[in-house]
Amino acid sequence: MNPVSSKKTPFTFDSIEPESGLKSALGKSRADIIAEISASGLRGRGGAGFPTGTKWNLAAAAKVKAGGNKYVVCNADEGEPGTFKDRVILLEHADLVFEGMTIGALAVGAKLGILYLRGEYVYMRPHLDAVLQRRRHQKLLGTAIAGREGFDFDIQIHMGAGAYVCGEETALIESLEGCRGEPRNRPPFPVDTGFDGQPTIVNNVETLAWAACILSRSAHWFKSIGTDKSAGYKLFSVSGDCREPGVYEFPLGISVAELLQKVGGEGAKAVQVGGASGHCIPASEFSRRIAFEDISTGGSIIVFGPGRDMLEVAKNFMEFFVEESCGQCTPCRVGNAKLLEGVGLLERGECSMQYVQELLGLSETMQLASKCGLGQSSPNAFVSIVKHFKDEIMGRTLVH
Amino acid sequence: MPVLQELQRNHATISDFAMQVIADELGIHPAEVYGVTSFYAFLRQESRGRFVFRLCQTVSCDLAGKSRVACQLENDLGIGFGETTADGRFSLEWASCLGMCDQGPALLVNDRIFTRVTPERVHEIIDECKRTFGAHARQAAHA
Repeated sequence: MNPVSSKKTPFTFDSIEPESGLKSALGKSRADIIAEISASGLRGRGGAGFPTGTKWNLAAAAKVKAGGNKYVVCNADEGEPGTFKDRVILLEHADLVFEGMTIGALAVGAKLGILYLRGEYVYMRPHLDAVLQRRRHQKLLGTAIAGREGFDFDIQIHMGAGAYVCGEETALIESLEGCRGEPRNRPPFPVDTGFDGQPTIVNNVETLAWAACILSRSAHWFKSIGTDKSAGYKLFSVSGDCREPGVYEFPLGISVAELLQKVGGEGAKAVQVGGASGHCIPASEFSRRIAFEDISTGGSIIVFGPGRDMLEVAKNFMEFFVEESCGQCTPCRVGNAKLLEGVGLLERGECSMQYVQELLGLSETMQLASKCGLGQSSPNAFVSIVKHFKDEIMGRTLVH
Repeated sequence: MPVLQELQRNHATISDFAMQVIADELGIHPAEVYGVTSFYAFLRQESRGRFVFRLCQTVSCDLAGKSRVACQLENDLGIGFGETTADGRFSLEWASCLGMCDQGPALLVNDRIFTRVTPERVHEIIDECKRTFGAHARQAAHA
């Protein structure tokens, strides 16, 4: 199924004693669990970087609407190009993710958890079902978990069906409810009005695993790693032109140059940090740091060697967004198609500088006016490639 | 959605008739069912082959040599992307990132993932499908 493990460094996850996080959480009040997560400085590992403690606190405080329950949703709709860390976590550390979900349920008072697994990962389903079944036997799921009366929680798996936009939390909820995965207007936020109109926390696979580690090891330990604003370790999915592609664990705040050295990608011409929705960083900026305060990422690192054609890269990303835009709002639906058309003109050497400027203006409109994160971030790659590689993409004479 | 996914698995297609039945059962308008079916890449109204080949078209697989694998798939199956063979056995499609970026090019055949696919291996994969298809056909005949 997974012939070669993608792990390239040891993970902290390997050394955490099973269920020690849950045990610690069971000894705390709900407010103390959330305080611990807040104090650790943990921020969403899916890319957006929202403080996890704040999210849990809002959901804990939110009122349940008549006859309903709160929900914990694990976002395993890992679709960002160049990202595959969640695949490795789910295959090798599923227990830790489910433990994190159970801790989240205890903290906010949820009865049901849902793992939203992307359609492309359907082959993992038997493994994950088996882990859930074992946890039910171990009394780690079900009624009166670990012997505590009134602590009832179970987890279901919901399969996605191939739509990148469903990684956006409100689109994911729409999809869970059986609808088209079109993002909702926010507010209201899912912590208040989420799945089935009830308070819902939606967290990334990696975030939940870290939450379990923090309860096991302490907020202080987590906070002591990384930078002031970006605490802790982060898993990086590294692919492209390097000697050792795979999943790495590094503290946040690592510079692009250091990272390249560790993965065997020295001499790279550019690095795409954050996947298709991220930024393309040229060699002159390799001293920048990967952290929420500098270059933020969900963990995707794609390395481009000296021989790569950056316009080809921009074209691939724009084709991706044209395909994956849900089509609901105009800036994203039409904007991405226009940018792709512009890439075509550049390719044929028929694009004036003035038109490039207009496309950059359009990109700004998309960043400002799109409804969800997909549209807001879709021009990023195009803009950074145009900015840093003008010499390469303008005035082409070669027609492929 | 689980209803549609199950239907897709068993019948390889979601017909207008099926959508109408689902709408009646759920008490919603068939247009809503159609809306959902047409939204997701893994749900389709058109008939698909017994084996759906989805080649990852994302940049990492591109760097790893996706285009030659794509070309060989087209040659060996005798169809282009978005098409199904006349005997209804194979469909060929593009997929957005399959999450195998460190082991590309990646190919998803129904529920099975193949990594580091080379143009040479394409033929083996197709052959293997043909063998299991035979077994499947016999089983169905006995049932």
